[in-house]
Amino acid sequence: MVNATVEQQTEAPAKTGAHIDIQHVSHWFKLPNGVLQVLDDISLTVAPGEFVALLGPSGCGKSTLLRLVAGLEPATTGQVAQDDIKITRPDPSRIVVFQDPTLYPWRKVWDNVALGLQARGLLREQRHRVDDALALVGLSEFADAFPHQLSGGMAQRVALARALVNDPQLLVLDEPLGKLDSLTRLQMQSELVSLWQRNGFSALLVTHDVEEALFLANRVIIFSDRPARIRAELKVNLPYPRHRGDARLAELRHEALRHLGLDASW
Amino acid sequence: MTTTTTNDVLLRAGQAGLFEGVRTAGAWRTGLLASVTWLLLGAITLRWPNKEVGFSDWAYTDEFGYATIAAGVVLAVLALAGDRAGRIVHLLRPAGQWLVAAPLLLGAWEILTAKLGVLPSPFFAPPQSLIEVYGEDWSRLGISTAYSLRLLVHGFAAGGLVGFLVGATIGWSRVAGYWVHPVLRFLGPVPASALLPLAFFFAPSSYAAAVFLIALATAFPVAVLTWSGVASVNKSYYDVARTLGASEWFLILRVAIPAALPQVFVGLFMGLGAAFSVLVTAEMMGVKAGLGWYLQWSQGWAAYSNMYAALIVMAILCSSLITLLFKVRDRALSWQKGTVKW
Repeated sequence: MVNATVEQQTEAPAKTGAHIDIQHVSHWFKLPNGVLQVLDDISLTVAPGEFVALLGPSGCGKSTLLRLVAGLEPATTGQVAQDDIKITRPDPSRIVVFQDPTLYPWRKVWDNVALGLQARGLLREQRHRVDDALALVGLSEFADAFPHQLSGGMAQRVALARALVNDPQLLVLDEPLGKLDSLTRLQMQSELVSLWQRNGFSALLVTHDVEEALFLANRVIIFSDRPARIRAELKVNLPYPRHRGDARLAELRHEALRHLGLDASW
Repeated sequence: MTTTTTNDVLLRAGQAGLFEGVRTAGAWRTGLLASVTWLLLGAITLRWPNKEVGFSDWAYTDEFGYATIAAGVVLAVLALAGDRAGRIVHLLRPAGQWLVAAPLLLGAWEILTAKLGVLPSPFFAPPQSLIEVYGEDWSRLGISTAYSLRLLVHGFAAGGLVGFLVGATIGWSRVAGYWVHPVLRFLGPVPASALLPLAFFFAPSSYAAAVFLIALATAFPVAVLTWSGVASVNKSYYDVARTLGASEWFLILRVAIPAALPQVFVGLFMGLGAAFSVLVTAEMMGVKAGLGWYLQWSQGWAAYSNMYAALIVMAILCSSLITLLFKVRDRALSWQKGTVKW
């Protein structure tokens, strides 16, 4: 694929990012009439501070892989480890941002963002972190609003603030921009990049938007249909912030579509 | 709202202060009409002699007539003064049509009972007879109301609490669901009043029996709705909290229960209705106090006026309690949008 230069790859500060190691993971779902394989021998690493995107057709099992990494479910076979420690349950060092913002409708924006600190009993001493996180996503004025008063983009930004307030080492992003309108999505992509650059966490993004994957990630992993297998890996050696019109991105996009069997329309 | 008349629109526009200039000059028309109907009611009451029914005449006929005339005069003054009367008119305006309808209904009642005797005494009593009851028997009625309220509060509080705990437990724990669910399904739908004889037999006192039965009637809907509320919480709410490091207790107290609260209030509302019904039955059957007992007792003495008076008190009591419940709900669920206003 593309020759990487080390300077470009370390563009993002790597001081607090987690190292994720996925070793030969296969996963089956139990269904009423048997089992269904969703992941087939996936091996993948995320370097500290790296931004990795998982790209694949709908329903191929990408999101399942994220649930395993988050520790919400154990893998049927294989092993997922963070900094050489096996992942067995959810941990606040790995925060998930879901496709839906899933804010709690009974809590005001501020209290939604405070959720993680409250759950770990840190809220009393560290209230300022909630304010900081809200400022980071530009929603300080909406601290007292209820979720139903927010637009889709604002709600997703609150969900990001709720994740970032915990200072995660790994941000797991499960199609976080999938339900936003296209303009808001472009804007949020840029915001995600700057948040990632500023905070230095590792990021694992699931998406089925080829451009989004290429715009955001250091590396794009392309999955096959279910059961998901790694079909290809693209390195995106372009400095941040990237430009959507970059000829190199168009080239990579073509390549990605070819791996997905969709290049006929190119 | 499709049947809104021009009048309504004007009235509302007036309330909203749209016709500032017009309004200050004009009188309150609906108020004037209400005043006329009240005066008419007074005239009928005073000038039209009561029908002779063989025993002494209805007491307080004159007082009732004077009171309605007084109401008519007060309304006339307020209506003529319009907005110069200040807040009172402002508060009365929305009720304007009811202020017209109420004397019409009272008038029909008065004519059908006291004046024509179409609805025969003693089974039907005219409005003025209620004044007699409230004037002379207020202490007994008051004590009965207090007893009913005490019994209801004890039963409803116990039942609501137990129902909530049971519902939350079976909604959360699979083991608890396995054991409690069949019991709930089998015993829950039995009307609590059907267990009345049994309860009076086993309980140490009739009061304890009644508390138990009211609690039972309340607990069933509260438990079922709390359970369904907890069970139907969006599963990703739990995923979010778990990835943020939440403990099991945090998931129950801070996620499951707040998310289920709207359903819990539906259960409490249904439970309160069931509690009223059991309360009155229990008081009629064995508890020798309370409004249910008062109803039974006045019926036994053929004191039908007292019965109507007690029914009105009961209506006010139940309606106020439901209103209170809705107020609490609106407080607790202020985050919801578009809930029904009671």
